[in-house]
Parts: sequence; structure tokens; C-alpha cells
Amino acid sequence: MDTKLKKRIGKIVSWLLTFLLMLVICIPGLWVVLTGFRPNREVLAKPAIWIPEELTLNNFAQIFGFGAEQIAIPVPAYFTNSLIIALTSTAIALLVGMSGGYAFARFRFKYKDTLFLGLMLSRTVPGIALSLPVFMIWSRIGLIDTKPGLIIVYVALNVPFTIWLIDGFFRQIPKEMSEAAQVDGCTRWQAFWKIEFPLAKSGIASAGIFAFLTSWNEYALASQLTRSTDSKTLPVGLMDFTAQFTIDWAGMSAMAVIIIIPALILTFIVQKHLISGLTFGGVKG
Amino acid sequence: MAEIKLENVVKNYGKLEVVHGINLDIAHNEFVVLVGPSGCGKSTTLRMIAGLEEITDGEISIGPQVVNELPPRKRNISMVFQNYALYPHMSVRENLGFGLKIAKQSDAMVEERVGEAAEILGLQELLDRTPAELSGGQRQRVAMGRAIVRHPEAFLFDEPLSNLDAKLRVQMRTEIKKLHQKVKTTVVYVTHDQVEAMTLADRIVVMKDGWIEQVGTPMEVFNHPVNTFVASFIGSPPMNLIPATVEGAEIVFADTTRLPVPARLESHISDGQKVILGLRPDDLTPEGHGIIESGQKASMQLTVDLAELLGTETILYTQINGQEVLGKMFDPREVEPGESMSFNISLDKVHLFDAETQKSVRLG
Repeated sequence: MDTKLKKRIGKIVSWLLTFLLMLVICIPGLWVVLTGFRPNREVLAKPAIWIPEELTLNNFAQIFGFGAEQIAIPVPAYFTNSLIIALTSTAIALLVGMSGGYAFARFRFKYKDTLFLGLMLSRTVPGIALSLPVFMIWSRIGLIDTKPGLIIVYVALNVPFTIWLIDGFFRQIPKEMSEAAQVDGCTRWQAFWKIEFPLAKSGIASAGIFAFLTSWNEYALASQLTRSTDSKTLPVGLMDFTAQFTIDWAGMSAMAVIIIIPALILTFIVQKHLISGLTFGGVKG
Repeated sequence: MAEIKLENVVKNYGKLEVVHGINLDIAHNEFVVLVGPSGCGKSTTLRMIAGLEEITDGEISIGPQVVNELPPRKRNISMVFQNYALYPHMSVRENLGFGLKIAKQSDAMVEERVGEAAEILGLQELLDRTPAELSGGQRQRVAMGRAIVRHPEAFLFDEPLSNLDAKLRVQMRTEIKKLHQKVKTTVVYVTHDQVEAMTLADRIVVMKDGWIEQVGTPMEVFNHPVNTFVASFIGSPPMNLIPATVEGAEIVFADTTRLPVPARLESHISDGQKVILGLRPDDLTPEGHGIIESGQKASMQLTVDLAELLGTETILYTQINGQEVLGKMFDPREVEPGESMSFNISLDKVHLFDAETQKSVRLG
């Protein structure tokens, strides 16, 4: 066999392997999205119907309570809860992350390294390991099944990460920028908002998006700390579609699509921000 | 425009004292260069004048006002940083106008001042670019432009040329000098490059380890260094410093080489005194290859170890008293390593320092 043919076969084999791997990764997602648009009887048909014959928006209409058929799952409430909890916890985590990240990047203080290491170590503890103590404490102080209860947990989960990421971005901005602004007439606060913040913006945005996705997708802790429509989030609500003997696959998939869409959009935004990075023409090239 | 006064200014970082009570008067419109090796406290001193570092003790005043407690923005100074610190997310125009906008000046005024600065520095074509689209020299000019638009009381420069390549550095040096002549303002300029200091300064402040060693015009500092540090720091190649002992009317090296004591220094030294002889390479020249051939002279037969041709002159490496000593050959000819030559020493230019205090013997 000549080397040209060998190379060609090698190429084909690697493409095939890549294709198979992508199939394994993509099929469950594809299945969920497709099922969301198919009627339940088609999903459950035996023998299985592999190629969808009928596509419908009924499942979505149902879970949001439009149309003739109603289902007993309060998806709009879950959606609102998810949104409130994810947005609030992200905003707080960003605020703390920005102050903390700035402090770690700019100031010298006692035990700085220890503190930073401690924050990072807190990430090594799996959140679910803390669910029992959190559950007990929350139940004593009445935070079980409340939005603030979940918000506090998510802030704690996200803060180490936002601090770490934002610290890195502020570190890249030479401190002379802020000093130049101060000499130019700014207060330290103005120098931060007019110079350092715009330069770290993409870093802060990506930290925010990561924090939002963590809160939006979190299931394990939410399933322990929430009970009712007061605080249940979308991932927890997903379990409502399972009854003792039946599972409403189509409805559940439609809801999964609702959960995925914001996550997907935000992931694309992160990608753009992380790739664009910062252009540092202000200092020596 | 104002004078700047430092009185017993001290700076501590924790327990470490890095500036030890320095005093300095900078006159109105004067160009003062702080020069010294890295870690000598020159940048810290500049940053204390700017208000970017707090003063541990002492007093700094700009004009009639003591500024110890004033934040940088209230000191009416502007500063050019080593890495330029241009705002990367703003155009050159916005960079230049930033300070004025912060001071809430009218748009017309901002435009007028930015135009004026752009004209002085030749930036008109670049106003709509961002810093990333500029070359090193252009960024440097924008940084200077940002400093002049506000018409400050004083300019502070923190090693502004050290990021530029050698050729551009010489060019920008001239531009800074011209700028100072155009925009008459007090300038405090920090550098570790003694050539920059010599060429730019009205007065040089030589610093070491947080102390001011000498303040004087470039000529004073070059011709009358107060101690061995200043002597070796100012001038390139550095002054040769050779330990010796005074014996009667002669200076005797350890290898018993002798030189007559220069007449002008006779009254400053005593018999038996341990001294350090300072001799600039320019004043140790082979017979027939010196600049000034008049005045009190001594001659010495020395072997050349190495010759470095620089074009108009050649640096000759030789030895006195077993120590490497540099000489200069003006109007040079080819020199072979190992060649023995007769060198002239201009005794009028020789410096003598006390071996113990390292201070010039002229100072007693």
C-alpha cells in the first residue's frame, strides 16, 4: 500500500471515530429536543417510531397552561422562581466577586495568600456533601423552601469562582492605569468605574454568566431545600412529570428545552467574551 | 507653574525605610532629573510628589501649598509613566481629553486644548486611533500629550524612555527637551540612565539607597563629584577608581607606581592619607591621542590588554596597580593587544577621594 492511501484511510478512520463520539454526546440532547416537539403517543408508540411523523408545539402550550389540555404542573411559577433565584444570586456573587477580586489584585494585606487559598479550597468540597448540615440549619432558621434560602446557598457556591476569575482580569490591568486616571483628576472610585471596570468588563461578564448557569442548572441542593411552588426551580420541577406509574416524557422534554435555551444562549455569549479577551494597547506592546 | 519643595521627606514600607529624610528645592520652570541605580528611591520620591505614595514623615509643597494630605487629583500635576498607561479602550483624542472632561471643562475648551497638544507633539493624524494601533514612540508622545493638555503646575516623568529602543530613545530625549523649552513648566524626571540625566537636566539629583548623594548642574556633578559613588555613576565609561596612599608630594599605588599630587589638591590632603584616585578614561590618553594636551601632566608606560573601537575614539583596557583601568584614544589608530604605550594623565582633571569616607578630599 502506498503512503498516500494509508494517509487517506487514516483520515477516514479518524473522521468516523469523531463522528461516533459526537453521536454519543449529541444524541441524548437531540432526543430531548425532538421529544419536546412530539405528541406523547408517538413517543410511547410500540414498535418505536424513529423518524418523527408529527411535530407539535402542544407540549409547550400545555406546560405554560395555554390550549385545551392543561397539566397540573405549575411551570410558570418554577420558571419565575428559577429566574429570580439565578439572577439575584448572580448579582450578589458578582458584587462580592468584583470587590474581592479587586482587593486581591490590587491591595496588600495580611493573610492574603491564605485567604485566597481558603476560598479556592472551598471549591473542592462538593456542594451536596454540605446539603445535610445546610438542611438542618435552614430548617431551624426557617429558610427551607424559601427563595432567599436557595439564593444564599448559590452565592456561597459562586463567590469563590467569581473572585478567582475577576481577580485574574484585574491583575492583567496595570495599576498605572488607575494611577494615571487619579493624576488626571479622578477619585479612586472614578478611576475604577471609568478605567478599570471597562477594561475588566468582559471578565466580569463571563464570571456573571458562569455564576448564572451554575444557579440555573443546579439540581442536587435545590431538590433538598425546596418543597413548593414558593421556591422550586425548573430542574427540580422536572421531576414533577414522573408519577408513580407513568412519566410524561413529552412534557418533561419540552420543559428541559425551556431550561436549555437560556443556558445555550448564555454559553454562546461566554464564548464570545472569553475569546475576545482584552486588547492591551495602553501599555508597551 | 510652581516650585516644588521637599523637606525631610521620609518613606517607610512597614519597618523598612526606603527614603531617609531628603531635602530638595526645585525652582519654577526647572528641569530636575533624579538619577540613581534601581532601588535608590528615585521613583518612590517621584510618586510621593505625585501623591501616589503616602509620605511617612516630612513635608512636600507644590507652589505655596503643602500637599502631604492632598490626593493626586488635587495637586495639579501630570505624570508620564514608564509603560505609558494609556487608556486602551479610548481613542487618542479621548485619552488626551480625559483629564479635562473629568474636570468638567466645556467641549470647546477640550477640543481646543487637545488640538493644541496634538499640534505640539505632531499627533493630529493619530487622534482617532486607539493606543493599540500606535507604535512605541507614538504612544510615548500621546502620554506626553495627556500630560500637557491640562496645563499643570509640574510634569513628572517616571523613566519614560526605558521601553523604547536605543534610536527612538535618543529621538524622544530631544523631543522632551524641546517640549520643555516650548511649554515652560517645572519638570521632575526620573531615570537610571546617566546620559539622559546629563542631556536633559538643568540640575541632576544623584540618589543612592534612599539618600541624596549630590545635587548640581550636569557640569558640576560631572566635574566635581562629591564622592566615589557619584564619580563612578556619572560618566560613561565610568571613572577609574584606584586606591593609593599619599606620600609627601606623591600619590603612591600599592605596586609602587607614583604620580605627583595635582597642585590644586595639595592643600586638601595630608601625608600618609589613604586615598582613592579618580581618573576618567578621557583623561588617560596615549601620547598624541588626547583632547587637551596642555596643563599639568604625568605620563606612564602601560600595556594595552584590549582595544574597543567606537569610531571617533577607542576605549583601551589596561592595568594600573593590578587593577583594570580604562583609557581613551581619540583620533584612534589600530592597537594590537599587548602593545605597550605611553599614556598621559591630565593631573588637572584627577579626582582624589578619602579612602575611609569615600568623599572628595576637596570637601575636607
